[in-house]
Amino acid sequence: MNYSSLLIAIVIFLGGAYLLGRNRARAIANQGGSLHSLPTHYGALMALWTGLPAILLLLIWSLLQGPVIDQLLVAQLPQAIQQGSATDIQLTLSKVHNLASGAGVSADPTLEPAVNHLLALEDRTRLLNAGAVITLALIGMGLSWRRIQPQMRARTEVEKIVSLLLLSSSAVAVLTTVGILASVLYEAWMFFHKVSPIEFLFGTTWSPQVALRADQSGSSGSFGAVPLFAGTLLISLIAMIIAVPVGLMSAIYLSEYASATVRKYAKPALEVLAGIPTVVYGFFAALTVAPVIRGLGESMGLAVSSESALAAGLVMGVMIIPFVSSLSDDVINAVPQSLRDGSYGLGATRSETVRQVVIPAALPGIVGAVMLAVSRAIGETMIVAMAAGLAANLTANPLDSVTTVTVQIVTLLVGDQEFDSPKTLAAFALGLVLFLVTLALNFIALKVVQKYREQYD
Amino acid sequence: MTKLTTREKVEKSMAKRRASETRFRAYGVASVLFGLLCLVVLFGDILSKGTSAFSQTVIEQTLTIDGDYLNISASSTEDELKFANFEGLIKRHLKATYQPKGRSERRALYGMISAGAAWQIQAAVLDDRSLIGKEITLPLLADDAVDQWFKHDRERGFNDLMSERQLQWLNGWIDNGQMYTRFNKLFFVNGDSREPELAGIRGAITGTFLTLLVTFLLSFPVGVAAAIYLEEFAPRNRFTELVEININNLAAVPSITFGLLGLAIFINMFGVARSTPLVGGLVLTLMTLPTIIISGRAAIKAVPPSIREAAFGLGASKMQVVFHHVLPLALPGMLTGAILGMAQALGETAPLLMIGMIAFVVDVPGFINDPSTVLPVQIFLWSDSPERAFMERTSGAIMVLLGFLIVMNTAAVWLRRRLERRW
Repeated sequence: MNYSSLLIAIVIFLGGAYLLGRNRARAIANQGGSLHSLPTHYGALMALWTGLPAILLLLIWSLLQGPVIDQLLVAQLPQAIQQGSATDIQLTLSKVHNLASGAGVSADPTLEPAVNHLLALEDRTRLLNAGAVITLALIGMGLSWRRIQPQMRARTEVEKIVSLLLLSSSAVAVLTTVGILASVLYEAWMFFHKVSPIEFLFGTTWSPQVALRADQSGSSGSFGAVPLFAGTLLISLIAMIIAVPVGLMSAIYLSEYASATVRKYAKPALEVLAGIPTVVYGFFAALTVAPVIRGLGESMGLAVSSESALAAGLVMGVMIIPFVSSLSDDVINAVPQSLRDGSYGLGATRSETVRQVVIPAALPGIVGAVMLAVSRAIGETMIVAMAAGLAANLTANPLDSVTTVTVQIVTLLVGDQEFDSPKTLAAFALGLVLFLVTLALNFIALKVVQKYREQYD
Repeated sequence: MTKLTTREKVEKSMAKRRASETRFRAYGVASVLFGLLCLVVLFGDILSKGTSAFSQTVIEQTLTIDGDYLNISASSTEDELKFANFEGLIKRHLKATYQPKGRSERRALYGMISAGAAWQIQAAVLDDRSLIGKEITLPLLADDAVDQWFKHDRERGFNDLMSERQLQWLNGWIDNGQMYTRFNKLFFVNGDSREPELAGIRGAITGTFLTLLVTFLLSFPVGVAAAIYLEEFAPRNRFTELVEININNLAAVPSITFGLLGLAIFINMFGVARSTPLVGGLVLTLMTLPTIIISGRAAIKAVPPSIREAAFGLGASKMQVVFHHVLPLALPGMLTGAILGMAQALGETAPLLMIGMIAFVVDVPGFINDPSTVLPVQIFLWSDSPERAFMERTSGAIMVLLGFLIVMNTAAVWLRRRLERRW
């Protein structure tokens, strides 16, 4: 029985349990017993006790099945491999899995017993799994059926279980953060065993290719991430030079000057820019903007790389405009009208009011918005992956090709990964830096914005 | 020097102040116009590059399905028909009709017809076996270089790939009316391919659909439950505060870190198969949850307290108030938020690259555990291909993607107008 039919079976049991419980409660009520709760509560209680343990078991089972089967398989492998390194065992195991699923031809008859064992094991676990899950569902159903009594507090119990479910749903958000941290921390820890954090954070050469053989020359792998940080900052800076003035001025115009009609159409139109997938911007940057910039630069006699930081930064700036403008729009609108009226009363013009009263009043919020925008620019991946280069140049020239943290993460992790090579692990170390930096930016920005909002509430 | 009165000072400075006012206003107008201009340029660029992806050049040829050469007859089994050498048949036909001289000319001639032409004839024969031995006229797919030349370069008189002899043949076909473009159906029914003229987006669209299905089925219930808990039940304590900080931060964390999570936790730790809509959906679920929770909370907040008070007054328990009264009223708003979250997930690329959805997948995925790719990743893959025909197809795929996004966002706006109540 595969998972989908098992799930369907559980759902059918669940529905059956609900009807059974409700009808039993009704029957009790008809016999003159007075129930504590509504019959539907008894039904729901039975359904919960039938479905929840079964689904939980199914989940835990499917998570543990893989590792457990692998453990059992290792015993079936030839002695020589069992005594080999962990990588060899891993490699052989995946070979066995491939053979068992019918892909590839066996070159090694010594693997035969393991393959047969795997097939037998898979058959057995499938049966065992289905049997255990269904038995658990039936046990739950039977036990809760026996518990249905007139004086039983079904509603209270159902509500307690449901509120636990609600609580655990909201805990998913915390678990996600923990998961992100755990995954990057663990692999980054492994990485820093091989490469010193000092070299990683302050080294100026980035060339993650590691030699396959000891006698290979040239590529020894060096992991100095400074060029990546510099490239990220350069591209983000270009993006901010576009996005902050344009976004801020648009927000000011739309909230202080524009008529209601202009605002009604221009604001959503600008926000369309934020809804366009980043891969589209990347395509636009790589195939339209970059050649134009290159052509312009060459007509002025400048050497422009075809993967210049300028192209990626400009397009990223355009993407971030609506982000800055709608956040600033919110904070500008939160400035009380009385401040403006006071300024007009003293004879200030509109622009003077905006510059000398509204902006200073809204400044913390605007700073928060810009920080969120910076964090968005630093973490943006597709535009730079498509339009910026891979060469880790340490340069401040926007016409040169630079690479960024996110581009390197993508390049290192796309394709085959070996989790014992510093090359793959380096991606997680970069991920850790990226996560911590954006987390700090977001955290401070959110605090600033929140504080500012409270000020005028 | 005469002393000016305040009034005179003000009047003297008025011209300057008015000018600065006008300038400031002009900056504002210019900023808004710049944003809108970018939008127009972006859409215009994609449209001008991508529209031609929806038409495909074909070359009409009349050839005999020679049963003896192919070793098939009307009573052949399906397998025999599938393995028959239709490619050889086309080459024989071309050689006999156009008489290329020498090997290089022959190769140039054969190269102008797509490898998919053999499948076209095969499909026609599989469809109607009585065709064997008869003469049929079929519009055969042109190779991508010919397709590009015919659609773009011909009118400009530009040519960088075609030889003199090839141009003679091509002009001959054009003069006879044998060469024309038709709607590119293959773009919508085929999976990915190395041949641009055979590459289509059906695999990617199916993959996207399955991935979004998983995402929606997981993120909507969990998101709604979390929103209900935080808005209605959560006590003011450390845990609730922690959850709220987490949600706000996760909404702003770079999407690529979710890919790292998917790779390290789902794939390496729990052994979920990589490249599948299942693992893609799991990652996107975690990514869209904050959006859904935040919009869900706003929807619950919008339900007036009087509804709750009335229900309490009639003796409903807290749980009954929430599930019987608050939730039904908040659901339209939550659904709108969920659609917007799905639109965001639809356009997401970076985290999916980490979990192997970038694989070259020819087959259309059938279920959530088949290897597949999604539309944005397909766009990323094609944009990297050197062939010019792939650039046009990339833009075509982008148009389809933007089309989906427009539909989803319009649906969200429509739903909001239609279902949301004003209290």
